[in-house]
Amino acid sequence: MSSSAYFDAAAATPLHPAARQAMAAALDDGWADPGKLYSQARRARQLLDAARGAVAEVLGVREDEVSFTGNGTTAAHAAVRGGMAGRRHAGDVLVHSAIEHSAVLHAGARHTPVSVPVDRSGRLDPDAWHAAVRAPQVALAALISASHEVGTRQPVGEAAAACAQAGVPLYVDAAQSLGRALVPAGWSVLSGSARKWGGPPGVGVLVVRKGTAWQSPYPTAADGERGNEGSPGLPAVVAAAAALRAAAAEADREAARLSPLVERIRATVAATVPDVEVVGDPVDRLPHLVTFSCLYVDGEALLHALDRRGFAVSSGSSCTSATLRPSHVLEAMGVLSHGNVRVSLHRETTAEQVDQFLAELPDVVAQLRAEVGVAGP
Amino acid sequence: MKLPDAGTPQVLDCRGQRCPLPVIALAKRLPDVAVGTVLRVLADDPAADNDIRAWCRMRGHEFVGTPAPHTYDIRRTH
Repeated sequence: MSSSAYFDAAAATPLHPAARQAMAAALDDGWADPGKLYSQARRARQLLDAARGAVAEVLGVREDEVSFTGNGTTAAHAAVRGGMAGRRHAGDVLVHSAIEHSAVLHAGARHTPVSVPVDRSGRLDPDAWHAAVRAPQVALAALISASHEVGTRQPVGEAAAACAQAGVPLYVDAAQSLGRALVPAGWSVLSGSARKWGGPPGVGVLVVRKGTAWQSPYPTAADGERGNEGSPGLPAVVAAAAALRAAAAEADREAARLSPLVERIRATVAATVPDVEVVGDPVDRLPHLVTFSCLYVDGEALLHALDRRGFAVSSGSSCTSATLRPSHVLEAMGVLSHGNVRVSLHRETTAEQVDQFLAELPDVVAQLRAEVGVAGP
Repeated sequence: MKLPDAGTPQVLDCRGQRCPLPVIALAKRLPDVAVGTVLRVLADDPAADNDIRAWCRMRGHEFVGTPAPHTYDIRRTH
């Protein structure tokens, strides 16, 4: 088995060919400072404007609502910090789902966070959300577009309507959806990460709709960049935009190809591995991501065993995290957190790779269980 | 030999063990207690609370409660 079965697209996706091409061109033609007035600078400026325009078009927003940050985490931090600062007068409460990315939770920890629960499938409790955003002192509400750990889509449209009624801006962390699935309208602030849609690492995107009470946590630059701790390099931004445009154009086709593979994993794992819990919504989910937990198996040992066979996957088990705490997402859902595996597919994933993984997984799990003296039920 | 009181559950001490070890120990031990009786598991791993509850749900046993920190009562139901 080759080491090419990379199944962690939710963390980082292999560079899209369109990004590689755009980056090479931008390195040749976009090295000058786009803020200057000579012809080399104008070429760089044109590339930057075109990149911003492409991202704005894909997201259906105005160009001046889009800015680029150093990565997805800084975009998420800026979204929360700017949203809280812009509504300081309203209060210090950040309402968020219990399954937000840790970048959002970390930024929110500086304020007064109120966590809204999810059900066992990982979907937001809409009534609890509605009540939470209507409470006094709420400055901002944050909802992930779809769970980065289990793939369950969130009711963004419904959550946005509740926020609009309450007069609270909604921030959507769309890192797992951009370039793969549409994000419902109604949000005020949105963030994403280029390496998750096939762009290069080191580019985040932040969108702040016109009229949103959002105040940059950084000194405001004259060039219109918002929420910016320093622009990423222009070639990387150009490559990120090219990848997003390409990924969005292919999104329906890729979803139609990957969704059945995810369904095959869900069904086969449940049928061939005893004592396994496949988690996340079986239908209303991202097209490329599936998660399951194997009883009695150490998540880190499972990851290493799969890696030795050439499969790269991720895990939300406590033994695989620096803090030795289980994933807050799996905890919020009340599902098994040990022996956890997240498989996330991308445009280079083949059905043969998935079948090979499914053929080898039962043995891997059985061996690990035998080592600890648990042979099944 | 003194038999434990009916109100005093048998205790499985898994303190200091990392998950999934407490759940493995629970799975191995529960068949030794009579159906209908409670086994008390002591476990201080941060994932123990979540995973013992999930194990009970998956295996169809009753999670009775947490009478004290790091203390989990499970009733064998079958």
